[in-house]
Amino acid sequence: MTDLSHIRNFSIVAHIDHGKSTLADRLIQQCGGLTEREMSEQVLDNMELERERGITIKAQTVRLEYKAKDGKTYHLNLMDTPGHVDFSYEVSRSLAACEGALLVVDASQGVEAQTLANAYLAIDADLELVPVLNKVDLPAAEPERIRQQIEDVIGIDASEAVLMSAKTGLGIPEVLEALVTRLPHPEGDADAELQALLVDSWYDPYLGVVALVRVKHGVLKKGQKIRMMSTGHAYPVDRVGVFTPARTETGVLGPGEIGFITASIKTVSDCNVGDTITDDRQPAAEPLPGFKPSVPVVFSSLYPADTSEYEDLRAALERLHLNDASFEFEAESSAALGMGFRCGFLGLLHMEIIQQRLEREFDLEIIATAPSVVYHITLTDGSEIELHNPTDYPEVTRIAEIEEPWIKASIMVPDEYLGSVLQLCTERRGEQIDLTYVGGRAMAVYRLPLNEVVFDFYDRLKSISRGYASFDYELDEYRIGNLVKVDIMVNGDVVDALAMIVHRDQAEARGRHLCERLKDLVPRQLFKVALQAAIGGKVIARETVGAMRKDVTSKCYGGDITRKRKLLEKQKAGKKKMRQYGNVEIPQSAFIQALRMGDE
Amino acid sequence: MADSQQDIALYVHWPFCLSLCPYCDFNSHVRDTIDQGAWREALLRELAHYAAQIPNRRLTSIFFGGGTPSLMPPETAAAIIKHAKSLFAADPDIEITLEANPTSAETLVLEAFAKAGINRLSLGIQALDDAALSALGRTHSKAEAQACITAAHALFERFSFDLIYARPGQTPEAWKAELTDAVAMSRGHLSAYQLTIEPGTPFFLAQARGALELPDEENGAQMFEITQQVLEDAGLPAYEISNHAAPGGESRHNLTYWRHDDYLGIGPGAHGRLQLDGTVHETRQHRAPEIWLDRCLSHGHATQRSTPLTGDLLVEEVTMMGLRLIAGIDGQAFKNRTGLSLGQAFDPNTIAQLTEAGFLETRPDHLVATAAGRQRLNAVIGQLLNS
Repeated sequence: MTDLSHIRNFSIVAHIDHGKSTLADRLIQQCGGLTEREMSEQVLDNMELERERGITIKAQTVRLEYKAKDGKTYHLNLMDTPGHVDFSYEVSRSLAACEGALLVVDASQGVEAQTLANAYLAIDADLELVPVLNKVDLPAAEPERIRQQIEDVIGIDASEAVLMSAKTGLGIPEVLEALVTRLPHPEGDADAELQALLVDSWYDPYLGVVALVRVKHGVLKKGQKIRMMSTGHAYPVDRVGVFTPARTETGVLGPGEIGFITASIKTVSDCNVGDTITDDRQPAAEPLPGFKPSVPVVFSSLYPADTSEYEDLRAALERLHLNDASFEFEAESSAALGMGFRCGFLGLLHMEIIQQRLEREFDLEIIATAPSVVYHITLTDGSEIELHNPTDYPEVTRIAEIEEPWIKASIMVPDEYLGSVLQLCTERRGEQIDLTYVGGRAMAVYRLPLNEVVFDFYDRLKSISRGYASFDYELDEYRIGNLVKVDIMVNGDVVDALAMIVHRDQAEARGRHLCERLKDLVPRQLFKVALQAAIGGKVIARETVGAMRKDVTSKCYGGDITRKRKLLEKQKAGKKKMRQYGNVEIPQSAFIQALRMGDE
Repeated sequence: MADSQQDIALYVHWPFCLSLCPYCDFNSHVRDTIDQGAWREALLRELAHYAAQIPNRRLTSIFFGGGTPSLMPPETAAAIIKHAKSLFAADPDIEITLEANPTSAETLVLEAFAKAGINRLSLGIQALDDAALSALGRTHSKAEAQACITAAHALFERFSFDLIYARPGQTPEAWKAELTDAVAMSRGHLSAYQLTIEPGTPFFLAQARGALELPDEENGAQMFEITQQVLEDAGLPAYEISNHAAPGGESRHNLTYWRHDDYLGIGPGAHGRLQLDGTVHETRQHRAPEIWLDRCLSHGHATQRSTPLTGDLLVEEVTMMGLRLIAGIDGQAFKNRTGLSLGQAFDPNTIAQLTEAGFLETRPDHLVATAAGRQRLNAVIGQLLNS
């Protein structure tokens, strides 16, 4: 157990790419947490995907031993946090385990949308913030300007911001010293009843379920019988320890300490993140304040490209779910795409990451339907339903009103691109709340319908600002909307997977766009193919794929019929991936392509 | 000649070429030296090996294909013809075809082939345009082709030549002019093939790199339609998708393939379809020339595969091949070969749908593709056989 005054618990918050993970690596290296040989770049980003994309998905923790200038040795507990908005619930629970945070800002790029969002989360959690300007070694660095920007935009004192370069190691000793001198140490009572915050949990193939905890009061020991306060379930503790970053068993965790336990817990879902762990025999009277549970806001259906891989997909989703209880999935079937799963995600990035992990770690080829949001529908009989899938859209006559989720979005963008960004927001039914200018950059705050954002907003934003705009959002409210369901029909048959719910004003344009796209994707057939978009049976757009003009192989050689048979076999193999609509067959790949995002 | 005697056609594969054409994926090889004596011996042995398994057949045609069989010594052809006629009962009207390239060197030996017993010539002219010939990797010129055709006129009562259309950069108008030119040189038979890009060929790679731009589907369709029209007007109507002949001038040998009648294939990579013990067999000889030669000399044959062809596979083959013919498939012949009537083999709804759409003709106990259907035969067959 460490003396409270010798502990500092901190997070690093930053915009993506501002050097958070590199800084973490440097701190670990400086404190001798790993030898040179063990040190691989960005040790805290375990997952291949995290490292490749340079982003952190799951929170990680590490205890550093630091001998400060005052001659004392401190335990610095670093909670690495994800930077992206989709994972803000993970950020907030990491922050709840800390007393302070390093606010890392790129000394040339300055404050970005996620810097702001994460800084506010830290301020809300009553954390002491130490501003750190990274990449000061770059020629484009303007530390003075950025220092001023931090004060103007975020409203915290940046006069003593630490200048550093995580890449070269410049300023790292100053960062470590600032942690000790400028952050408060945790408070807690070792003699009180045990109260430990369950910060995160995951499934480890060797250890089973591992829980990451922050002890507030009391002591957590190996062999102790603990109780989850939300469920009342009790478990004997098998292991207690910390990450240095190597897993090290300490047998005990005292107040202010952050570490892990294992306790014969069967599944991750038995560990409710935000729950309070107490002693089963001498329980605490009150649980600690928890977190809001994360709620999926973006839904999409995932189908195996090869229908025979359905069970593999199920197994893969179950495996992923072990470590990421924040996404939901349930089986569904589609006439166009076969058997698959309706999945709920925290946001678009979360969705993309799950899809990529399925493809990369499980070698599955996935088809994803267009992302959709959760609509609240009031029926004429007064009852209310939550609509997660356009396919379940009730009959129009039964609908009294539909509400859709709106978000509050902050967009930071260099002046020169502001015009296009504002235009994009207007096109997407946005309402401006605020527009401010800070040193060559504008910050626009908008209310936007989430269904406009999940469509392709982020891609468009990036392309019109040449990648300079940054974007962050939070859910705002549900509002009544003039929304309709647009069906896509092939020769009169509805293609369930392509149904979408859109604002009435955009229905025609979106319907036509999809028909046009399909027209280029549906191969010519013996018969012509009608592609239509319709609202409740009324056709609003139509395209036709002409019948094929010629399709015949002319050669016949030396009686080698086997060669001709191969063509037929190829047709048959292709047929497995075909979907029959009346007298035409549409390759599944056409629907897949039509569903791909990122237009134009 | 007893009617009970079953017909047989003989295909002989000569796998060697002087150079390889960039569009060709046939079993062709270039060799510096060829042991002609050994090759002759091997072909004769393989012929005898099969003949022993199918006694009492009437030989209706022999076809020397390749490769470039006109590079074969004429005495080899003569020996094979003589041996075949001794092993089977030769039809008095037997058709004996040699594929030949129209280079000047090969033109010089045509007379020797005629003396060896060849009575029909099939010339690989491919184009009547020097630039196109060079792009196709052909080693002859238009002038050589014309000289060869003139020689063929003098030596053979029946000859045909092949043309390839829908070549890179070719327009429908240019093809029409070229084809009209060709008709004037023809004698009763002409084959016009659309250039198809086969995997593994230099053209395939060029296409993958974007270095080969072929006419699109619309232009390809127009050229196909032009071919039908020009040759029909010239008295050479199509009798098969790519083959045109004056009435009575059809290739007997190739009709055997399309009707799925029995044929025997010898030489490297040759295929056969034979009734053995009452069951249709699919046969294939070893592809690699040297392995084929060794096996024939040591074991008397180089059969790599001889398997019964039954059920769906047999129905598929008979359908795929038969629908290529303008005459289509005769229900009785179909039943004789497959054991099934047309009604049993095909889904009546699919037939009705294809007929209604104008792709199949309505003729009792026949399955016949219309002109529109033949032009889209792959898709029509796909519907017929996959429903």
